[in-house]
Amino acid sequence: MSTQNLKIAIVIVCLLALLVLVPMGNSFVVLLATRAMAFAILAMSLDILLGFTGLASLGQAAYFGVGAYLTAYLANYYGFGLKWDFWLMIPIGMAVGGALAALFGLFAIRATGTYFLMITLALGQCVWGLAYRWNSVTGGDNGITLKGGRPQFGIDLTNDINFFYLTFAFFAATLFALYVLIRSPFGKSLLGIRERELRMRILGYNVWLHKYIAFIIAGAFGGLSGVIWAHANGIVTPETVVLTTSVDALLMTVLGGAGTLVGGAIGSAIVFGLREYVSTLVPWWQYVLGGVYVLTILYLPSGLMGIPERVRQWRNSQKKRETTKMTTAPSSH
Amino acid sequence: MARKLQSILMGAAVAVGLAVPAVAQENELRIGYLAPLTGGLAQTGIDMRDGFLLYLEQHGNKLGGMNVKFILEDEQGKGDVAVTKAKKLVLQDKVHMLIGGVLASTGYALAPVSTELKTLYIPSIPAADDLTQRQLPQFPYLIRTSWSSSQPHHPLGQYACDQGYKKIVTIAADYAFGYEVVGGFQKTFEDCGGKIVQKIWPPLGTKDFGPYIPTIKADADAVLSLMVAAMPAQFIKQLRSAGYKKPVLGGGTSYDEFVLPFMGDETIGDVSALHYSAALDTPKNQEFVKAYRAKFGKVPSYYSENNYTTAQLIDETIKKLGGKFTTPEEFIKTMQAIKLDAVRGPISFDENRNPIQNIYIKKVEKKKMFGYDKDELWNTVIKTYPNVSQFWTYGREKFLAQPVYDKNFPPCKFCE
Repeated sequence: MSTQNLKIAIVIVCLLALLVLVPMGNSFVVLLATRAMAFAILAMSLDILLGFTGLASLGQAAYFGVGAYLTAYLANYYGFGLKWDFWLMIPIGMAVGGALAALFGLFAIRATGTYFLMITLALGQCVWGLAYRWNSVTGGDNGITLKGGRPQFGIDLTNDINFFYLTFAFFAATLFALYVLIRSPFGKSLLGIRERELRMRILGYNVWLHKYIAFIIAGAFGGLSGVIWAHANGIVTPETVVLTTSVDALLMTVLGGAGTLVGGAIGSAIVFGLREYVSTLVPWWQYVLGGVYVLTILYLPSGLMGIPERVRQWRNSQKKRETTKMTTAPSSH
Repeated sequence: MARKLQSILMGAAVAVGLAVPAVAQENELRIGYLAPLTGGLAQTGIDMRDGFLLYLEQHGNKLGGMNVKFILEDEQGKGDVAVTKAKKLVLQDKVHMLIGGVLASTGYALAPVSTELKTLYIPSIPAADDLTQRQLPQFPYLIRTSWSSSQPHHPLGQYACDQGYKKIVTIAADYAFGYEVVGGFQKTFEDCGGKIVQKIWPPLGTKDFGPYIPTIKADADAVLSLMVAAMPAQFIKQLRSAGYKKPVLGGGTSYDEFVLPFMGDETIGDVSALHYSAALDTPKNQEFVKAYRAKFGKVPSYYSENNYTTAQLIDETIKKLGGKFTTPEEFIKTMQAIKLDAVRGPISFDENRNPIQNIYIKKVEKKKMFGYDKDELWNTVIKTYPNVSQFWTYGREKFLAQPVYDKNFPPCKFCE
């Protein structure tokens, strides 16, 4: 079995385990897993930019927020998206996320590195400002509470377990779609841009367009996670689009391992686990979270997904030492 | 590969197994308490918790004869986290009731959860008007023990008018709580013949009021401020050092005991309104302030008192129910009928499940109080409006017919 196939097999097994084990846990575990997976979609969408294109964005919450606010607004004021039309809400959320990214991309893509970070931060804050101050639409500080509850269309999504399955389906589908994307020629050229932008340009690639399209795709999946997030929590507030949400997504991706796709999901699981599960057990959960971040940055610059690689390196060095020992041992006699 | 699989499955199984369901004890009252213990609102959350725990401690950890299991969760000042934690408390810990939250947005986030899970919810701080007004029918399991935002500010508007102020400028934090406070004040002040001539809305969290202070109209007789968190101390300092000499009125949170220790002498003489003052000169309050200060080293704020009284109200309710918690419906019905002489004064409930209580007009004074030997700033009560309901004197039907107070309601007829 090739390593790539083995990796895919491990991911599939993990997904199946998640699918089987989580519903067996108590309702709080189901709720947390749902939240973590909805957020993992955002982290994975960010990974397309951060890990595969080399663009660190601090504005990913904007698309997330737009998807979430639109879902809540349409549901509350037009009753839209609460029956079978929920399935329409998904492409709408993705389209709006993508459209906003298409707009923001015009400003952001020209910059790289820190400047890209700053521009996306500013654009993200614009959306937050709107959410916060545009009272008649967003409800301002109070946000929008989804009065109608979750959608019902034969399947009752107000049941947390059913909603977990739905979120799982979107999570798995996103993972698959993004995986196909990065394996495609388009994905390969993104990697090329990440590694050496100048060479790609010399080879005749339209670097700007590639980045722009990646930015839009990331925005679209950000919108998708927003739609699910709105229904997962039943409330959308400016807190959803605030800078810390973007930072969270970025940190999760780095924590799990940028450029691995599943890294974002692992990071999301760990952060939600620590922040919302461990915080029910101990009051000093923030130190645990901070410690995990610091240790990861210090010892695992490639994130948790870099652990197998690290172990392999360590084993190899052990082996090398053993062989040198063996060869040097007789001479010591 | 098989080994890898095994370890992954084991890990997952352990993670799921960690969540051990709570074992219910006989005659145990399980209280799920939500307060922000980390983040910007942490100190508020600690005041709330301390108030509640003080009552429990003074009563041997029993409410109405039931042993209390107090489960505290950190809602981190975020609505969505509060929702998750609330569901954890109800579904995993099987609590009888949810208490707490600080922000109005948290109140709005938790109320639908109580409806969905058919669990009693007591917003012991969240003051959003509509929780017990226009949106109440959606929340059958909610009863409020604190206040509604506009409740103390209706009397304040009347008071300002009685002082002979004709024109007032409002400057308030730009969010829903600010709108409701200013709205309540404007309503009664203008109904009495006064005029709000200008409304200024600095964003929440503003620290530099330089751009706003010079725009305050010079011909106004006074300023009404509504500030929260770190804003009040900064605002008044900058206003006074800019040479503003006219009277300043404040919404409740502009001068409550939570911010007063951080303020200087420039606040002396400023007038504000709330349903509690730590300087309330009654034996009950003196006892409370002393006990609280001895234990926690600070003067209690309304956050502390409201939660202390919430515990007392639960105590009385369970007593009336014969020492057991039956159903949320019965609990609410019983609590609603209670008339209590609390630390803050007499409390009863209106038909919308919001307290009817005294509103105190308070003036900041520097003095010694309750035998403490240092000069400190206290909110001396200068006028009491007894038994004020959230509908003021308008009557329930008439009041609820108007929309909720907002940035543009009541409209600013006298602004240019």
